[in-house]
Amino acid sequence: MTAKIPKKARSVHHLYCEGTRKRFTLIITLTALLVISAVISAGIGTVSITPADTLFAIGQGSQQIMDSALPSLQGTIILPVPGNPQAGIIVNNFRLPRIIIAILTGMSLAVAGTVMQGLLRNPLVSPFTLGMSSAAAFGAALAIVIGPGIAATLFFLSYESWIVLFAFLSGWLSMLLIYGIARSRGTNQATLILAGVVIGYLFQAGVLALKYLSNNDKLRELTTWLMGGMWGASWDAVILLIPCCIVCFLILESMSWDMNTLAAGDDVAKSMGINVERTRLFGLMVATFVASCCLAFTGIIGFIGLMSPHICRMLIGNDHRYLIPASALLGALILLVSDTAARTILSPVEIPVGIVMYIIGGLFFLYLLLRSKGRGLY
Amino acid sequence: MEIIVSQLTKPYGDIPAVTGVSFEVHPQEVVALVGPNGSGKSTLIKTMATIFSPTSGTVTFDGEDIFTADPADLATRVGYVPQHFTYTLYTSVFETILLGRRRHIKWSVSAEELTRVQDALDTLEIGHLAAKNMDQLSGGERQKVFIARALAQDPALYLFDEPTSALDIRHQIDVMEIMREVTRSHDAAMIIAVHDLNLAYRYADVVVMLDHGTRVGYGKPANVLAPSLIEQVYGVTACMVENEYGQFLLPVRKHEPV
Repeated sequence: MTAKIPKKARSVHHLYCEGTRKRFTLIITLTALLVISAVISAGIGTVSITPADTLFAIGQGSQQIMDSALPSLQGTIILPVPGNPQAGIIVNNFRLPRIIIAILTGMSLAVAGTVMQGLLRNPLVSPFTLGMSSAAAFGAALAIVIGPGIAATLFFLSYESWIVLFAFLSGWLSMLLIYGIARSRGTNQATLILAGVVIGYLFQAGVLALKYLSNNDKLRELTTWLMGGMWGASWDAVILLIPCCIVCFLILESMSWDMNTLAAGDDVAKSMGINVERTRLFGLMVATFVASCCLAFTGIIGFIGLMSPHICRMLIGNDHRYLIPASALLGALILLVSDTAARTILSPVEIPVGIVMYIIGGLFFLYLLLRSKGRGLY
Repeated sequence: MEIIVSQLTKPYGDIPAVTGVSFEVHPQEVVALVGPNGSGKSTLIKTMATIFSPTSGTVTFDGEDIFTADPADLATRVGYVPQHFTYTLYTSVFETILLGRRRHIKWSVSAEELTRVQDALDTLEIGHLAAKNMDQLSGGERQKVFIARALAQDPALYLFDEPTSALDIRHQIDVMEIMREVTRSHDAAMIIAVHDLNLAYRYADVVVMLDHGTRVGYGKPANVLAPSLIEQVYGVTACMVENEYGQFLLPVRKHEPV
């Protein structure tokens, strides 16, 4: 009997520790890949910069910020200066904000997708398939067309936060509509997706109407923006997005166990003391907010929200404590690589990142469909 | 521990699913809910699991009204196994069972919680499935996993909604034996909705028979599961057969009203 207890203890303990190790390995690997990709991405483009110069340039930029923030320390730390004198300007003013926006957007869309799939217990939902992306795009387009106006001045909103506000409100409206339809018709998986597609079209109609109604300058701004891309990247956008993303990620991460429990079904989750409706609505609201914030700067970018949670779930399972960060990192990596490809493949001409993403995403979706042959997708 | 269900009423849409049902549950008792399809067994179980709120009537757990109790606290005392299961792909058996410890886990999972999962696996003799994913299991194995999740929860009251419906006869007997043993050794109670009247007859201490949402029989199995009441409720002529293993209920034919 005494020999049996340690063996007993080893089995599930062993499995759990093994799983945790695997999950940490994935998260660390993805983090490393993301950092390396960011440095390489900052180096390539019309002007090539060596990775060392890129790092020196980032150091130079940080030193400037530090010097202006803490003038008393000026001159105490001297970092090496890049050999290429233009490197500092190119990296810090143009490429770095774009890279950070790509990372934040990839993370937000992936996290939003993971959370939506977990909360709605439907593996096919994502900001894109639920029409939320189109809705957020409509909101942002509306904000661009009507301009900041008096309301924004009254509430001391910058142009960027004005767009974010509209994108969020419109995205949230679409989520409420879809959730309402799904609830009144029963949360059937197909109903949810169909409702999402229909609502996506309605908002796309709105976007088309706005394009039709707007004048030449606005139309140009709208069209480039709607194609999806990192053109809107600037330090202002980065400063606005970073706190939004951090707060939202932490909130959603803290809901991990509730999402894990929801996988057991609404009834079981309720019997385990979880307020299912409140958890779901709150989680969806935070996910919509973080996704629409980023979409407001980048236009519609699809598939990351669907793709990265799936890949991560296949690799490390369904525990949201690890799934959310892993999926965020993978989403960031995919978008960063796609965006770097989009701006360098035909350099100096940039192609919209959407094109690259849809090719990758479409192929992935096909793979999912073909792989599931014979056993049903879900 | 004492649970008193008093005049519980819960309509399901326009249908009066449960109407004015009362009964009591004491420690170490197995209470079987029996009745034809649509008689309100599931609704009664779900209401007791606070998934539905009743329109009238009360359920008290040691004098405390369960519908006003703190849901998180109640969840440590009541374990529910549904009739229809939901699970997600890429979730392993032991992680599914670990969810039973939800109320004891804040963020990280302690060794004690994992030991409880191991114990639940061992009790149901499904330790070999621990690492498998839920979608790799057969229907019966899956049902055992959900029972194990309730066991890991270690509640004072088990609410089982037809937990043995996907199991073959051997495993049905297995699970019923285990659950009766658990209620005895853990000083817990179990309310179980069953279709198989012989299972109710053999394993229950108390039987509540429902018909169209109302209680039509309440008491010891031998008193409630009498051929006359079965004839009245199910419309089936049944007889009691006795052999060396005990008494068995045998449905004979559809009852023809005279």
